[in-house]
Amino acid sequence: MDSISISDVQHLAKLSSLSLSENETENLRLDLTRILQYIELLKELDTDGVDPTYQVTDLCNIFREDEIIDYKITRSDLLNIAPDSDGESIRVPKVL
Amino acid sequence: MSSIIDFLGNSAYENVSNAIKLAKKYEYHNAILHITEKRALEAAQKVDSGEIKGKLAGVPFIVKDNFLAFDGPTTAASKMLENFNSPIQATAVEKLEKEGAICIGKANLDAFAHGGSTENSAFGPTLNAFDKTRVAGGSSGGSAVSVALGIVPFALGSDTGGSIRQPASFNGVYGVKPTYGAISRYGVVAMASSTDTIGFFTTNANDADLLMNILTGKDTNDMTTIESFYNSNIENIGMKKIGIVKEFLEDGVDSSVRDVVNKYIAKLESAGHIVEQISIPIVKYALAMYYIIVPAEVSSNLARYDGVRYGLRSKNIKNIGDLYGMSRDEGFETENKRRIMIGSYVLSSGYFDAYYLKAQKARTILIDEFNKAFEKYDVLIGAVAPTTAFKIGENTSDPVKMYMSDMLIVPASLAGLPSISVPAGLSIEGLPVGVQLITKQKNDALLIGLANQMEKQNV
Repeated sequence: MDSISISDVQHLAKLSSLSLSENETENLRLDLTRILQYIELLKELDTDGVDPTYQVTDLCNIFREDEIIDYKITRSDLLNIAPDSDGESIRVPKVL
Repeated sequence: MSSIIDFLGNSAYENVSNAIKLAKKYEYHNAILHITEKRALEAAQKVDSGEIKGKLAGVPFIVKDNFLAFDGPTTAASKMLENFNSPIQATAVEKLEKEGAICIGKANLDAFAHGGSTENSAFGPTLNAFDKTRVAGGSSGGSAVSVALGIVPFALGSDTGGSIRQPASFNGVYGVKPTYGAISRYGVVAMASSTDTIGFFTTNANDADLLMNILTGKDTNDMTTIESFYNSNIENIGMKKIGIVKEFLEDGVDSSVRDVVNKYIAKLESAGHIVEQISIPIVKYALAMYYIIVPAEVSSNLARYDGVRYGLRSKNIKNIGDLYGMSRDEGFETENKRRIMIGSYVLSSGYFDAYYLKAQKARTILIDEFNKAFEKYDVLIGAVAPTTAFKIGENTSDPVKMYMSDMLIVPASLAGLPSISVPAGLSIEGLPVGVQLITKQKNDALLIGLANQMEKQNV
């Protein structure tokens, strides 16, 4: 792993929905290069034939009744925490 | 520092007023982002009138600001959630309130719990309880410092890769990360779901035992919680076999830390426990696994911050195309962005097998090696962090240098094992050092019992 390019960073920013400034892009290029170089360490470990572990409890398929639970949250609670609303719906900027 | 017992039976109003007075006195440490004074004093009156009773009646506590709680915003120390007032409370907070405990404030952290020093907070770093020029540790730095300064006898935190244990070590308090799934995460800002664990800080083993009894158990609002298993039997634990993990005390670990840990080990031996050295070679890869798996989960969990439904929306948006990218750029700190982008990288097609899948396979080997160790030993021991609290700004220029502070504590997180940090004394520079105790899943009581036994030997 050498280093990653500015266009790699821009691509990752796009995948991550982040509008980075130019200054940030260069700093992140250096940081991400360092981090990726470090995690390369794992390459030397032999993992052939090993099953992956995605979770550490034995729990699987926890079912519950398909009932509506309001979690004591009201419609107006949710509208109140939105950045912009007209009291009935959440408002977003114009599409066109 | 104070214990829970110091507060029981007193006027709750006085307990709370005094705690708030102390919180204000130590404002300079920036451990607390918001004091929930109004609600706390109201609750105190209800305790004093007998309306609220319980095992923690009138005991003040502080909660890390990534737990949803009433009376003020839950910010996760981020600009993204700076003005977020939650309509619900976290299960852990509710359980404590039900027992009469009173939340007096929200503690500082690294934004979204990403970090090991609390320097990534959007609202400035928390200063160490012992030395104001040093970091609190993190990410639960504010909670640790609040307990170490004696503002409250206990505080809630979250530990994804050491975020309770490392600041506990840096500030000389107990830090308990229970078995994964032991305490409900409902109402806690999600970071990395396969290792996120709720825990707490106390000043003694007895209080840790009491809190485990209150906080653990299944919660229908968090499907990853497990049935209550906590067996509160911390007295007379008997003679145990303890394995010193060689990799947790070798090179990389400062000699000043090693000396204190070795003294603690000597004490365990003189108490009659069998102590032997063991090597778990895979742990040297754990940090690399962690910084693949956790960013992957972070990138997914933080996708919810879109500037639409809650949280920050950029004021500079001209059209819908700017909405996500600009809101996220303004709302996240640099470390949040690093982790989200590393997560996007390791999950991208073409890289998935080489990084994410590889790390999850390595995780299996790590768990197997731990299991093998537990065939021979009841408890594993080592340092918590390779250093004592470092200077503010010392590690901020290089993210990997900062990550190294997590080296010895991420293995237990990746395996979902209970692990606690126990204050073991001061280094030659006069800074606190913790020892890390690890055991099998659901065997948490043994760690607290062992710590309790050692605590009594101190007297």
